[in-house]
Amino acid sequence: MSDAVSALQGRMVPGEVTVREAGLRGMITLRGDLSDAALRAVCAEVTGCDFPDRGKITAEGEMALCWMSPDEILILLPYAQVTGALARNDAALQGQHYLAENVSDARALILVEGDFAREVMAKVTPVDLHPAQFGPGDFRRSRLSQVPAAFWMTDEDTFAVICFRSVAEYAFDLLVASAKAGRVGVF
Amino acid sequence: MSTRLARLGRLIDKNKPVHFTFNGKRLRGFAGDTLASALLANDQMLVGRSFKYHRPRGVVAAGAEEPNGLVNLGEGAQFEPNQRITTTELFDGLVAKSQNHWPSLEFDVGAINARLSRFLPAGFYYKTFLFPRSFWKHIYEPIIRHSAGLGRAPRDRDEDTYEHFNLHVDVLVVGGGIAGLAAAKAAGEAGARVLLIEQTADWGGRAMVDAPQIDGMAAADWVNSTLQVLEDMSNIILCSRCMGAGVYDHGYALAYERLSDHAPDQDGPRHRLWRIRARQIVTATGAIERPLSFAGNDIPGVLLAGAVRDYAVNFGVSVGDRTVVVTNNDDAYRTAITLKEAGLEVPVIVDARPAPEGPLIDQARALGIRVATGKGIAKVLGGKRVTGVTLCAQAGEGAVLEEIACDCVAMSGGWSPVVHLWSHCGGKLTWDDAQAMFRPDGTRPPTGADGQGFVIAAGVANGHLRSADVLADAVAAGKAAAGAAGHAQVVIPAPVALDADEGPLAPVWLMPQGASYELRAKAWLDFQNDVKVSDVQLAAQEGFESVEHAKRYTTLGMATDQGKLSNINGLAVLSDALNAAIPQVGTTTFRPPYTPISMAAIAGAARDEIFQPLRKTPMSDWHNSNGADNEPVGQWRRPFAYVREGETVETAVHREVINARNNVGLLDASTLGKLVVKGPDAGKFLDMLYTNMMSNLAVGKCRYGLMCSENGFLMDDGVVARMSDDTWLCHTTTGGAERIHAWMEDWLQCEYWDWKVYVANVTEQYAQIAVVGPKARNLLDSLGGMDLSALPFMHWQAGQIGGFDARVFRISFSGELSYEIAVPAGQGRAFWDLLLAAGAEFGVMPYGTEALHIMRAEKGFIMIGDETDGTVIPQDLNLHWALSRKKDDYLGRRAQERRFMDNPDRWRLVGLETLDGSVLPDGAYAMVEGVNANGQRNTQGRVTSTYHSPTLGRGIAMGLVHRGPDRMGEVISFNTVEEGKTVAARIVDPVFYDKEGAKQNV
Repeated sequence: MSDAVSALQGRMVPGEVTVREAGLRGMITLRGDLSDAALRAVCAEVTGCDFPDRGKITAEGEMALCWMSPDEILILLPYAQVTGALARNDAALQGQHYLAENVSDARALILVEGDFAREVMAKVTPVDLHPAQFGPGDFRRSRLSQVPAAFWMTDEDTFAVICFRSVAEYAFDLLVASAKAGRVGVF
Repeated sequence: MSTRLARLGRLIDKNKPVHFTFNGKRLRGFAGDTLASALLANDQMLVGRSFKYHRPRGVVAAGAEEPNGLVNLGEGAQFEPNQRITTTELFDGLVAKSQNHWPSLEFDVGAINARLSRFLPAGFYYKTFLFPRSFWKHIYEPIIRHSAGLGRAPRDRDEDTYEHFNLHVDVLVVGGGIAGLAAAKAAGEAGARVLLIEQTADWGGRAMVDAPQIDGMAAADWVNSTLQVLEDMSNIILCSRCMGAGVYDHGYALAYERLSDHAPDQDGPRHRLWRIRARQIVTATGAIERPLSFAGNDIPGVLLAGAVRDYAVNFGVSVGDRTVVVTNNDDAYRTAITLKEAGLEVPVIVDARPAPEGPLIDQARALGIRVATGKGIAKVLGGKRVTGVTLCAQAGEGAVLEEIACDCVAMSGGWSPVVHLWSHCGGKLTWDDAQAMFRPDGTRPPTGADGQGFVIAAGVANGHLRSADVLADAVAAGKAAAGAAGHAQVVIPAPVALDADEGPLAPVWLMPQGASYELRAKAWLDFQNDVKVSDVQLAAQEGFESVEHAKRYTTLGMATDQGKLSNINGLAVLSDALNAAIPQVGTTTFRPPYTPISMAAIAGAARDEIFQPLRKTPMSDWHNSNGADNEPVGQWRRPFAYVREGETVETAVHREVINARNNVGLLDASTLGKLVVKGPDAGKFLDMLYTNMMSNLAVGKCRYGLMCSENGFLMDDGVVARMSDDTWLCHTTTGGAERIHAWMEDWLQCEYWDWKVYVANVTEQYAQIAVVGPKARNLLDSLGGMDLSALPFMHWQAGQIGGFDARVFRISFSGELSYEIAVPAGQGRAFWDLLLAAGAEFGVMPYGTEALHIMRAEKGFIMIGDETDGTVIPQDLNLHWALSRKKDDYLGRRAQERRFMDNPDRWRLVGLETLDGSVLPDGAYAMVEGVNANGQRNTQGRVTSTYHSPTLGRGIAMGLVHRGPDRMGEVISFNTVEEGKTVAARIVDPVFYDKEGAKQNV
């Protein structure tokens, strides 16, 4: 078996706001009854994270639980741990109605880092990014200009963006162009 | 002549000269000038020609409402036409050229149109259609095309960059005059997040010129101290050079910021389009002065009175040495007073009112200015420049009482609140008789999803012309907006303002009121589009009574200024002609943007590589470095063929087909949609979505399925694989993945909401490669791993191949022995490389979508989008076998039972073989005798797919033909683009190659 590669293989464009592809990350789409105790328990067991509220992410290093919709959770974890995590999921939820799929290779993860990262994002997404409305711990599924994307903040100056693998280059170039165009001076 | 004054000019810096050129002439202005003020300072009054008659045109206004001063600005990659000189800030090196004339601005041959004006009346354009048809094409169109049109289209690529910016605020305040400042401050003090935008570079609006006293301070001091307060408030964002362009549903607004138009060498984007979501919007957009309609009011040197004052106070420019002021209100007296105090001559103030009274009038008289009351202008004298006016009684028909020499006329017909943004999303207007203006009706604002208003008009824009009322109204608006956005009410006192009392104005829509036809035909309403009082009257006379019809018939207000000066005057003339009250006639619709915004700002960053997303598979980079000639499939770019040195695309396609038929080919099939459908009710669900049965598919097997819309028409197809007891994997077409995913979710969320089914789109999780051809198994066997000899046709299996975790689907769209192998996308390129390396000994070659198409056509397989077009049902394609009769229902079934669907009289799929072996033209129609009701040739079928088959060495085609399958062997003829030339083709079975399927069943 060959080593897997991420969509942009760690491409980076440094600047006042740096745009960097974060490489491979394990991702599991889990659909089911989010109020179910077994489902919440296996999510906690796999990631060590608390179960997130609506619109939130709970994260611990490379592990995270992202609230995607009323019946969907995205589990983030190290790429190599996906197969094991899926097996634990299947074991824990056996007999229930759920769907768990490995989507690690279907996605790209891009980091936007720097003191006006918030404005770089606001150029391309319609989400309210005022610091009082969006900060670390918040999670949104929205869009980056013309493509769907989800994002959260890992700290006050860093956004993590997930998009589909096929448009990774578009999303990356778009973020680089927005960073290069400079500060707006609003946030 | 117009020139620079020794004093005045609050916006310019006389220590900073700025050089620019106009029509090649090198001129000098100062930092702070607009292009208009700098041109006037250089006595360049003539700035363009009108659209229709090519009349000489001078500056009329000083702001965004200017209809005449449009120029071609910049050169090369910075060139832009139709730039408004009154809103263009001067910079060193600016290059401007006037528009719409030939050969020169001073001498324009097109001006002959003015002499022909009696042949170019209202509705001229439409009336030309009444003449013989041939006249339009050969006479009118070339003439109109040549004589109409303003700026040149740019030739070079725009070198600047642009961007969007999204912002959510509680309150958006549009307009940085005293009303906007006060409203923003009030909303901010209540705790709201506020964005305050101002279209010019300068805060304070008209108060900076007209200078009321506010809170005991000069207006300018109050503006500066208020700005300071706002800048210190962390919840308020100030943005100048940023115009409120449009207001849309749900509090969405667009603002257009011009960051570097005034400083082209500055880094960063040139324009920024703000996409604002505001809970409340305050429009503090001020008012626009109205022209008066008198004969010759379009002659260069006739300006709005407020503009004449602005040029003097803001830029230290006198438009003329002797200015006649003509008015129906007190405000214009300020212009006379300003000019007189600047040492200029004001021979007379012509006031249409019989007995005006008030402090401004007294002040003018005290300065020794003659006031002629009850008088009007009969006619302006001059051609390219005003030389004088003749006076008459306003109440009369224009008999000349006296002639007065002057080089400038300052006119004022009153002020119209800027209600555009209020109106964009449905805010209603009310007619204020006393002030003769449409103003926002506060009881009928544009409403949001909750039924409550989300726009509040404030200050002058709300019909308050006096400073004290303006500020009280603005503070109330700011508080109300913050309150509606959810902030607690606080007590905020309004600033106290003081300005001169003004008496009532008298509405004057025509001067003199009984003006003869001769005079009316020279009284302009729309300066840019050449619409006169007589044109609107003619429109009314010819039955165009609706204001919207009259607008289009006469082109009133249809120019690039969108009637900012002409609309109210035009509809007043129309209402008079119709003998109806002005509010009964109403206004035309106000539509965004307020003034034109650049196309580039709308595009934002979307240009070049990021113009649109181009989707890439894990193998796309390999394709692109190996001769791929791509074709768009949705947002993917798929290789059409891999063209080698010395090949054409066509020969490459033929090589790829022959090789796949004889050796082994590789196809990047990663783009095909892959939807996982899982749950206890998944089988039942798929039985509803597909026309055939999917619930009884055995685990490990594959089945080709069709999907129809509720109307019975084919919408997608693909192979479904049963993965486990409760899980199916549905392959869709490349373009169908997102659409079919949404289709499934739609049915699950809206209709079958109680069925236990989850769907996930895993299209991009896998790289999928089709290994196709007689040597496909040899190649895969050479990699080691799964035993594929045990995998029958239409089965799938998971395992390892060459060390890769893979799913192998034995399916065929080519008629050859074929495996589609899915590996994780992150390993897709490595697996592709491995197949190429290991395949060398078997003659492996990748093939593109055209070879794919040819091979499927040789086998008579249909393609969604070729054989289907949204009007085709499975029965048309002889796919009855895929329509399950065991099921109670499936989507589309009932529609297919309607009599015109379940009917032998339809066009149905057949193969077509040309008698001469040629390739039928794509989309060609099969013709039959006679013509239809429209005189068009009758048809009996059409070509849906047509190719040269390299395998068979001849043209093959599929088509839909009337009762086609019943007419095997019949020869029919198809049209071509060459008139009269037809191609004869025989109706045959659509399977051209290996009818028994021997090649795939090995």
